[in-house]
Amino acid sequence: MLQSNTFSRKTKGGRIRKEVREVYLRDDIYCGATACKICDASGARLTSSPIIILDTNVVLHQIDLLENPAIDNVVLLSVVLNEVKNKNMAVYNRILALSKNSLRKFYVFSNQFHKDTFVKRMDGESPNDFNDRAIRVASHWYQTHLGGATSILLITNDRENKRKAIEEGISAETIQSYVKSLGQPELLDLLVNPASESEGVAMEVVEDLRPSKIQVVYPEHKPMSEITSGLHRGIYHQGKLRVNRYNSFEAYVGSESIGDEIIIYGRKNMNRAFDGDIVAVELLPQDQWHEEKNLSIADEDDEEEEDIRLAPSSADDAPRTTNLEVGSATNMNSTPSHPSGRVVGIIKRNWHSYCGSLEPKSKPAGTGGFTFVLFVSKDRRIPKIRIQTRQLENLLDKRIIVAVDSWDRRSSYPSGHYVRVIGEIGDRDTESEVVLIENDIDSRPFSAQVLSCLPPLPWSVSSEDLANPIRLDLRHVRVFSVDPPGCKDIDDALHCTALPDGNYEVGVHIADVTNFVYPGTPLDDEASQRGTSVYLVERRIDMLPKPLTEDICSLRADVERLAFSVIWKMTPEAEIISSKFTKSIIKSCAALSYVEAQARMDDSRLMDPLTTDLRNMNALAKIMRQRRIDRGALTLASAEVKFQIDTETHDPLDIGMYQIREANQMVEEFMLAANVSVAKQIRDYFPSCSLLRRHPTPTREMLEPLLRTAAAIGLSLDVSSSKALADSLDHAVGDDPYFNKLIRILATRCMTQAVYFCSGDLSPPEYHHYGLAAPLYTHFTSPIRRYADVIVHRLLSASLEIDKLPTIFQDRAQLTSIADNLNYRHRNAQMAGRASVELHTLIYFRNRPTDAEARIVKIRSNGFIVFVPKYGIEGPVYLTSKGEKGGGEWFVDEEKQKIVKMDNTISYSILQPVRIHMEVVEPQPNRPKLQLTLII
Amino acid sequence: MEYVSHDGLRIDGRRPTEMRQLRAQIGNVSKADGSAVFEMGNTKVIAAVYGPREVQNKSQQISDHALVRCEYSMANFSTGDRMRKPKGDRRSTEISLVIRQTMEACILTHLMPRSQIDIFVQVLQADGGELEFISRTRSACINAATLALADAGIPMRDIVTSCSAGYLNSTPLLDLNYTEDSAGGPDVTVGILPKLDQVTLLQMDAKLPVDIFENVMQLAIEGCKAIENYIREVLLENTKQLEYRRGL
Repeated sequence: MLQSNTFSRKTKGGRIRKEVREVYLRDDIYCGATACKICDASGARLTSSPIIILDTNVVLHQIDLLENPAIDNVVLLSVVLNEVKNKNMAVYNRILALSKNSLRKFYVFSNQFHKDTFVKRMDGESPNDFNDRAIRVASHWYQTHLGGATSILLITNDRENKRKAIEEGISAETIQSYVKSLGQPELLDLLVNPASESEGVAMEVVEDLRPSKIQVVYPEHKPMSEITSGLHRGIYHQGKLRVNRYNSFEAYVGSESIGDEIIIYGRKNMNRAFDGDIVAVELLPQDQWHEEKNLSIADEDDEEEEDIRLAPSSADDAPRTTNLEVGSATNMNSTPSHPSGRVVGIIKRNWHSYCGSLEPKSKPAGTGGFTFVLFVSKDRRIPKIRIQTRQLENLLDKRIIVAVDSWDRRSSYPSGHYVRVIGEIGDRDTESEVVLIENDIDSRPFSAQVLSCLPPLPWSVSSEDLANPIRLDLRHVRVFSVDPPGCKDIDDALHCTALPDGNYEVGVHIADVTNFVYPGTPLDDEASQRGTSVYLVERRIDMLPKPLTEDICSLRADVERLAFSVIWKMTPEAEIISSKFTKSIIKSCAALSYVEAQARMDDSRLMDPLTTDLRNMNALAKIMRQRRIDRGALTLASAEVKFQIDTETHDPLDIGMYQIREANQMVEEFMLAANVSVAKQIRDYFPSCSLLRRHPTPTREMLEPLLRTAAAIGLSLDVSSSKALADSLDHAVGDDPYFNKLIRILATRCMTQAVYFCSGDLSPPEYHHYGLAAPLYTHFTSPIRRYADVIVHRLLSASLEIDKLPTIFQDRAQLTSIADNLNYRHRNAQMAGRASVELHTLIYFRNRPTDAEARIVKIRSNGFIVFVPKYGIEGPVYLTSKGEKGGGEWFVDEEKQKIVKMDNTISYSILQPVRIHMEVVEPQPNRPKLQLTLII
Repeated sequence: MEYVSHDGLRIDGRRPTEMRQLRAQIGNVSKADGSAVFEMGNTKVIAAVYGPREVQNKSQQISDHALVRCEYSMANFSTGDRMRKPKGDRRSTEISLVIRQTMEACILTHLMPRSQIDIFVQVLQADGGELEFISRTRSACINAATLALADAGIPMRDIVTSCSAGYLNSTPLLDLNYTEDSAGGPDVTVGILPKLDQVTLLQMDAKLPVDIFENVMQLAIEGCKAIENYIREVLLENTKQLEYRRGL
């Protein structure tokens, strides 16, 4: 049956045009109930009675509840799905995932294409009324279609819709009454009360408790129409709000319209915006641009204080410091470098669920079994969230997940609802789980679909592989691998053969992951989503399923494995004469650890061929490294620490600095060389769709903190180029051995991280990798743990005409989005790794109060921030106790970066070594934290 | 954008291998030797055929076969926005040429030397109707021209039928409608001689990997065959009507 939809649409040119669209109504859309005798039951999922039909508002607001397995047997009408999609893409994706989940009984019914449930829009009917009517028609159809055997329940929170439904003889209920009827009280916590109702309740409660608080806390958001016109006229600026990770009262909005960042100080100016929201900002008058910037460690009106954390390893992790012109506080005439503004409206919310715990001291308040409590997110950028719960006692010492629902302007806190419990606070597994959730890392086991893409086990190199002409048989070559001890996912191996003419043949062999991961398979999709393996202190979350990671792809010793090889012919001076890329079969003769390799090279008695190879390689690597440094590559440093973990309890036994040996540098050097060679090859063949990695040159502003520190200790650094910086870093040798490393650590911290990008998106000069001083760079050498390398493998094999280029590479937008996802995942994986180390540091010090040597890295008005090299942590040391404000007794010399006691008896200057005492304290029950105190 | 929902329905309710509704009528222009109206969904095309007749411009006369001419145009009212479309613009010249070449391949021109066959095709209604997408109407134009030629009784090797198929959301889709075509994905237009199993028209102005292209083309060919069945039915019905009118 043919029907047509007619509607008017505004064209890009602004004209109104009538559009006619055909709609083909079908009789082959089935109801999805197993009990139905008329319909085809092959796709049926709805088993029991009653069958629930959801209204759009229920899906939009109660998605957390719907994800609970207690709610099942649900019909999702396509009209509902479409409306959800238009209103909230995140919810849409979640509901779609539910409908695809084979364990849940969510059936999608395309009511608008079914001949009996098609509804034509009536004249003057609003879209909302139209949708409601369509829902009722579909519900009615279900009721008559299934007859008396199965009952149908329409769940809607729209009063009007419910009334009309009951009039039409459809049984309808609100979600609240339905959940109550299920008799599972814990579900009630998941329930979001519609704004109108909950506000009523909430305000009542607030009235009871704190009458002074009933006032408008925040200015009203401007209506959308005003924002649009304001943006158009240039009085408002649109951008994504990013809250300072270390000071939640400060946020930045990167605005394209003024080409600068707008700083937003204070919650009031942020006006209920969350981190990641797209907001409209109005600039403040210039004389208010620079509000008195507090230099003390803890923010004045903030009761939280700076936590002790791992030393940041790059500018992305480091706390943001606003560029203060020295002395601007006294000289008000100088223009502050960044404009500040306030949020006038929120264009798009970035609300999702947050991990954290309940604030213990908040007084329980509430009526009828409900208690209102404040929830403190682990992510400091998120304000406290008010939730209501019936199970306060249960939740107090738990880590829980909470979702935000609304933020009324009369309320200081956003209101949200409880989603689920993760576990007990302080428990290592719970906290690790929190780390994973916080960083959006998928640690679920691989689905059956994904696992079905694996080759059958046990796997071994087949005769087909051997016969394949594209595969070079390198089994006779002495190939070996060098990795950290205990490494199971070995993705690179090396060989180095001396040729009769005095040259060397050097090969880098990388696990041939793309031979097992085909584009477009569920396995590939999953890997592309995960983006990278995540290494926590006590566990690893793989990007690819374990059989691939640890067995089939891993280039273990004494087994034949498939590899993708880069083979160079090199002179003894490490000049590359020729390079060759080929798929290969190798048989590694030894899987060495860095320590073993180093020991072999150092032991002059050993003269076996493997050791000779190692020494040759090392000699080559040293030359290559020197050449790279001469070109201007930076030797950066970070304070990486290594835990010794108890094998039984997984508790940390010892922490130590991660030692870097020559063997590490040797392997690194060849991996860099392989990456550079591959980058050149793919970029030559696919100039517009290669995936490369670049490291942007840091701006002078970014290096400002380093320069200021250096100036304070009388060191001048030349930052005009990476070469100049590298040289001046080399010359920065102080009287103590650790000085140079410390300066390097500080330098590293000023730089942003390298990022993946699609070569078509940028112009060639921007491809530059600053840190490595390489014009082209990519990742090729770790396809088992990084998806970027998988993509690069595909590009490389396409350039060699081994495989066809997958279609995705023709879609630059998609490639860009993959690169963005990889950057995001990569960053999250690093953050998670660091958070895991932080967690274990805390566990380690719990029973071991320790004294240690530390260095002052930043001066604040009431103390300073120290860096403890041995444990790689950084944190504040207070000179004045918290209650009193700094400045009374102590005086900060901004220029010399010094803090001096008023009577001039004691002074601390930057980079000065101090001794500190580290201890875990529990200022609030269940909230342990590491505290640093100065030992004088 | 989701062009195929996960329960396998397209935005207008069709499944990926289903065509839009076909409708055809023969003999709408009584003055012409043959004429037809052909509809594919919201696209409606009228075709009229004159000939074989004496060549109007003697200099164009070909001694050993017939001259086939084709003129394609769009009615001013076909798109809804009242825009005057210049005659003889690039696009319509191109479509005229495509139709002429496709039809010429199936007309037995050597049987009609020194004569001329004129095919006029006009789009009465274009689905969606933005100018960029009117080239989609070419399938409907070719089908209409085939019917009109058959109605005119012009000797042909076979009837030509044409259909297009596209590729969106990693799914080959038969007979794209306006919304799907606006997505800007690849669109393969195929014209075939179904009985002879020969391709007379193949157009695509996008990139597509060969293996996928073959699938999409195969789908378009299936579509052509379905159209062929329909056209044959219409012709048969028309012939029966003619028989009946003549009292046979």
